[in-house]
Amino acid sequence: MAENALLQAVKVSKAYDGVQALIDADLTLKACEVQALVGENGAGKSTLIKIITGAVQQDEGELFFNGEPVVNNSPALSKSLGIAAIYQQPALFPELTVAENIALGREAGNIFGLINWNNRRRTASELLGRVGAKIDPETLVSELSMPQQQLVEIARALGADAKILIFDEPTASLSEEDTQNLFRVVRELRSAGVGIVYISHRLEELPQIADRVTVLRDGRTIETREMDVVSSEELIRLMVGRDLSAVFPKRPVALGDVVFELKELGSRSAGIHNINLAIREGEIVGVAGLIGAGRTELARTIFGLAEPDHGEILLRGRPIRIGHPQEAIEYGIAYLPEDRRRHGVVLDFPISSNITLASLKKLSGFAGMDFGREREVAEEYTRRLGVKTPTIYNAVSTLSGGNQQKVALSRWLMTKPSVLILDEPTQGIDVGAKAEIHDLMMEIAEKGVAILMISSELPEILGMSDRIAVMCGGTIATILDRENATQDKILSIALGHLADNNRDEIQPL
Amino acid sequence: MRFSRYKREISAAIAFALLLMIVAVVAPSFFNGGNIRDLVINNAPALILAIGMTLVILVGQIDISIGSQFAVCSLAAGVLAKTGIPLPLLVVGVLLIGSLMGALNGALIGRLRLPSIIVTLAMLVLWRDGLRWITEGAWVQDLPGNFQWFGLSQQLGELVIVGVAALLFAVFAWSLRNLVIGRKLYAVGSDTEAARLAGIDTPKVVFGVFVVMGALTGVAAFLNAIRFSSIPGNTGVGLELKAIAAVVVGGAAISGGRATLVGTLVGVALLGTIGTALTFLGINPFWEKAIQGAIILVALVSDAALDRLGKNGKLDRAGARAA
Repeated sequence: MAENALLQAVKVSKAYDGVQALIDADLTLKACEVQALVGENGAGKSTLIKIITGAVQQDEGELFFNGEPVVNNSPALSKSLGIAAIYQQPALFPELTVAENIALGREAGNIFGLINWNNRRRTASELLGRVGAKIDPETLVSELSMPQQQLVEIARALGADAKILIFDEPTASLSEEDTQNLFRVVRELRSAGVGIVYISHRLEELPQIADRVTVLRDGRTIETREMDVVSSEELIRLMVGRDLSAVFPKRPVALGDVVFELKELGSRSAGIHNINLAIREGEIVGVAGLIGAGRTELARTIFGLAEPDHGEILLRGRPIRIGHPQEAIEYGIAYLPEDRRRHGVVLDFPISSNITLASLKKLSGFAGMDFGREREVAEEYTRRLGVKTPTIYNAVSTLSGGNQQKVALSRWLMTKPSVLILDEPTQGIDVGAKAEIHDLMMEIAEKGVAILMISSELPEILGMSDRIAVMCGGTIATILDRENATQDKILSIALGHLADNNRDEIQPL
Repeated sequence: MRFSRYKREISAAIAFALLLMIVAVVAPSFFNGGNIRDLVINNAPALILAIGMTLVILVGQIDISIGSQFAVCSLAAGVLAKTGIPLPLLVVGVLLIGSLMGALNGALIGRLRLPSIIVTLAMLVLWRDGLRWITEGAWVQDLPGNFQWFGLSQQLGELVIVGVAALLFAVFAWSLRNLVIGRKLYAVGSDTEAARLAGIDTPKVVFGVFVVMGALTGVAAFLNAIRFSSIPGNTGVGLELKAIAAVVVGGAAISGGRATLVGTLVGVALLGTIGTALTFLGINPFWEKAIQGAIILVALVSDAALDRLGKNGKLDRAGARAA
């Protein structure tokens, strides 16, 4: 046991559906300290936080609070210990007043459950004062701005006697001024003895606020360093520093004409702007970027799920308008969505109906649906893509993640697309199935399909893409060539660092 | 053919068979021709409504306004009949009125994404009280002779009613299984967002289902109206609950994505027979509603139990397997 540690996680491991999210991760937080937690998407930060706040339980390892082991952690237990988390999106009740939100969960009322309204207002004012927020406790939360809501959340945590505060990307959507105000509050909390875990992708702000920094990578704790002796470059290296162990089946494909082009495309509702990109037949363009950079939003805008309000989409040089997914499909655009389990397939449907769902027109005849043809098609695709199942009539919910993804992919191949958008095609599936999907991608590209592949896994991006579009802040910051791309470079750009020594290799498109 | 696929329909059928067996032993006079004929005629309009309700529930929605729509269509049929317009025109008119009311529901629920329970609750009250305000509760009486039983003999008229119901049942059951639109209904009900991402125009599907529900309500109202010489102002009260109950007893999931018309047929038969059966068994028919309620509860509980079994991988979910 480390001495005077407020919170300690020792060799914590956690797996979801067989995918290891955390492996022997350690974290030690002292009182009066701000500890930054950094790592790529999927490095295990969220899982570690969830274990600390009791949202999920670790499979192995132990958690200590003030040296005492925390057994059977739950949200209620962690709250009673004084652990509170502040997320990027404030989790307040918008239709209640600030005072009511702050009071929730901390006051019990008198023995009849009656509320002392004066008390409630007074406490709320006091707590708001402590976080430097000039907000009337009687305001409805829905009337507050995002930064104000964040301060209310901190005040609520303080009201619940928080000893440990966890900030998850608190500045992601704050202005510079609000960020500075937040930092001031964080520093005051620190001097008041609160231990703070601070998660952020903005590496440049860490020296201003953090005392120490812990780097997570692939579910493991890589290192904990004093903040004043580590540079951003070093942090980035620690975050990505894994070897490209996986072998990707990338083969050179003769590129054809430009199939698909985006010109200054943007959508306010989707939060993307000024996107320029052209994809050629047989080309795989990887889309890298952090969560919230607008990658999925770009895919949804192309597929007619979000409305573009400027720029244009060109298909083989002709401008097209896509208002609905069915129009996108008619234009030969296919979109394999991110969240397979929720929307990529209809879980209750058999494999066969899932494969044909986007091509039902092709099965429609005078005497109703051609079930014989459906069976042939489904059998062909399950064989070609190697879906492991006893029959094509088994419900997709009975398949493993990798096989579900193959069914989802079959559905789009059946539409004979000329543009295929893959959103995290191998997320959460096992290594073997991953390799098979990468093989399939090559086969599809060789048939002349233009592929846009969104992925949070840099090795996958580097291994499969001909070119790499790195997104940051809702637009494509840079497009890198396969030869020039490295993990460090992609991550720096994704984080908003455009280091000068990279400039000459960056080519606008 | 896998029977596990239809286990809910089969359990409803078994319950119906049990009821018939009990009646056969205790009160065999139940099975006389006149009684059976009455039962079939009485339940034909209910079956037509339940067909529509099956589609509505299949896409994950609900329509509790059909009782009031039924009243509007019935009275409209009566009023139109008294103007003396030809029967085919009258039928078209009633169908149109029903479809329009359905389209209004469909537009609000499908296009504007309003919750169906609230929209149709509003319509339930609106149509019912609008009607009361216009008619002041009066019945439509002295219907012309060529309206009742289509101007045919009662026997032929009854045959036509049952024929229409049977035909509609066959057409919808076949379409649900064999047409692309059927597959789309199952997809929308199973996972609306997944259906949308697969390029299905989900608002249009939901809109269409409510239009069909309205049209079928018109058909049911018309077929019911021609059986009597007058139409009461409060006709159709509670029909929506009857239809929903029949669909649920027939094995449909109220959350959508699972329903078969065969199940609905069994549900209509089971719930529609109970009342008469009680009389024959010498039980006070006041128990009818209570027993219907109990049957619905049993159906729901066994449904949940079957689902839990299914989660353990022993059984798979039915309905969507229309392939």
